[in-house]
Amino acid sequence: MVSDPVIVRPGGHTPPVSIRLQDRPAEERPAERTAALDQVFRIEHLSAWYGTAQALRDITLDFPRNRVTAIIGPSGCGKSTLIRCLNRMNDLIPSFRQEGRILYHGDDVCGPGSDAVALRRHIGMVFQKPNPFPKSIFDNVAFGPRVNGYSGDLKALVEGALRRAALWDEVKDKLGTSGLALSGGQQQRLCIARALAVEPDALLMDEPCSALDPIATYRIEELITSLAVDYSIVIVTHNMQQASRVSDYTTFLLSGEERIGELVEFGPTRDLFTTPKDERTESYITGRFG
Amino acid sequence: MTASTGNPARTRTGRPSGGPALARRRRATERAIAGLLLAATGVSVLTTVGIVLVLVFETFEFFREVSLWEFFTGTVWAPLFSPRHFGVLPLVGGTLLVAAIAIIVAMPLGLIIAIYLAEYAGQRTRSTVKPFLEILAGIPTVVFGFFALTFVTPNLIQPLIPGTNVFNALSAGIVVGLMVLPMVATISEDAMAAVPRALREAAHGLGATKLEVALRVVVPAALSGIIASFILAMSRAVGETMAVAIAGGSTPVLTIDPTQSIQTMTGYIAQVSLGDTPQNSLEFKTIFAVGMTLFVMTLVLNIVSQMFVRRYRNVYQ
Repeated sequence: MVSDPVIVRPGGHTPPVSIRLQDRPAEERPAERTAALDQVFRIEHLSAWYGTAQALRDITLDFPRNRVTAIIGPSGCGKSTLIRCLNRMNDLIPSFRQEGRILYHGDDVCGPGSDAVALRRHIGMVFQKPNPFPKSIFDNVAFGPRVNGYSGDLKALVEGALRRAALWDEVKDKLGTSGLALSGGQQQRLCIARALAVEPDALLMDEPCSALDPIATYRIEELITSLAVDYSIVIVTHNMQQASRVSDYTTFLLSGEERIGELVEFGPTRDLFTTPKDERTESYITGRFG
Repeated sequence: MTASTGNPARTRTGRPSGGPALARRRRATERAIAGLLLAATGVSVLTTVGIVLVLVFETFEFFREVSLWEFFTGTVWAPLFSPRHFGVLPLVGGTLLVAAIAIIVAMPLGLIIAIYLAEYAGQRTRSTVKPFLEILAGIPTVVFGFFALTFVTPNLIQPLIPGTNVFNALSAGIVVGLMVLPMVATISEDAMAAVPRALREAAHGLGATKLEVALRVVVPAALSGIIASFILAMSRAVGETMAVAIAGGSTPVLTIDPTQSIQTMTGYIAQVSLGDTPQNSLEFKTIFAVGMTLFVMTLVLNIVSQMFVRRYRNVYQ
């Protein structure tokens, strides 16, 4: 998987996205992945409020399966609110309220039969600031499997998760040391490994590189690109270059005078960045505001 | 004060006052105020130093007549009757027995309350429950003593364990546990509230339930603060006087049977200092030796808990 040639990025002048989409041999793609318009999340008329302040208005959007979808937009446009709706993380905020529907593989995530805890076991999340538990590296990664009652070989699972997060070689000799002793970039990869250890099917990343230096950012981006083969990834970023580097699709949100986030444009990343349909998108990506 | 002396001068002369005499007066006032404040602060420092000096001096006098060996290894405490024995262990044992029962009551209950308040209760519940904890902490200890003697022993303990002495370590320990409960609950809750929300979100994001988040993430992350609350509660239980003097009895025996009458270090000191033991007698000096032992015990406990508190503050701030 790691040696998959499509992940090697040629210097960065061509969007790696298009290479991956077009050059990946058909036989490497499972049938369900090639099915047209196959989406992991479908959002229908989503509006959200914190107390009386509205944060999102009438968002309708599909997130494609096994692709990287970036959510971009200026600060305060509701990017984080939107991504946190997907795994019901906003349930933890008492004043939060939402309307509309979010379907995860066709099931309403807030429907009567759905359970936020079970949902989050299928959807991993990586946060803005690295937030490892004050436990050992091993226990950080093993936390999810343990609370999920994993009964197999925990050591192998932890190693697998750390390998997929490209952290194994750096920590294999010190699994017993505290996760807090790692550098910021390593901590964030530890958090990614921790999320992967529950074997999720989607991965939500809320500005995962905003607290990291350029080299650590580069490694995380590389990692995201390699993970997109197996996972559906949604990434919030305020960095448009990052969105263009790592994502297959891009969503542009914008909030107007009332500070309520609305969907401006959604499309394949290359189209959105080269031939935006909406003039606000064009203004934003050319740096005229935001 | 300087303003009131300055203003009339200004109105009389019609221009800002500021002669050298006034400036001198102001400086003198400032110095006097600073001296007054220093004196007030000095009261607390001097009191502490004075008490420690008296304790050390009298304890030294005591140990010129009784050997350290007898004091710390003897198992009979009978300084007021002959033959006299000065083994402090029965008093230390009684104190630790009561404190241990108190901790057994306060630790789980306080931790559960803290977890509920920090992780489960809404803002409204929290602001309703917390004043009750503060009231519980403010109830005079003598009330707890009579509560133990007149309610806990006859209505709770004696029906369950027939043959329990009217004065017993169990009832004293239970009420001391209730007394220190607010301390355990509030300090532990503060420690849990200091755990960053990001850690809770990380655990929720991995599919942990609320209980798993509380027990596997928040409690371990707040552990040093929680331990500090236990140690402080222990220290308070060791130093508690009134309730144990009333409910625990005044029989210094070395026992671990909580249904028996015991005597604690504080209980003994209260008994002798209120009684008619002549001052400067060896019997009287025993209370300083016992007091010194008690002081060292609580001091060590407080220092240890301070170390824990400092550690958890450093981690997240």
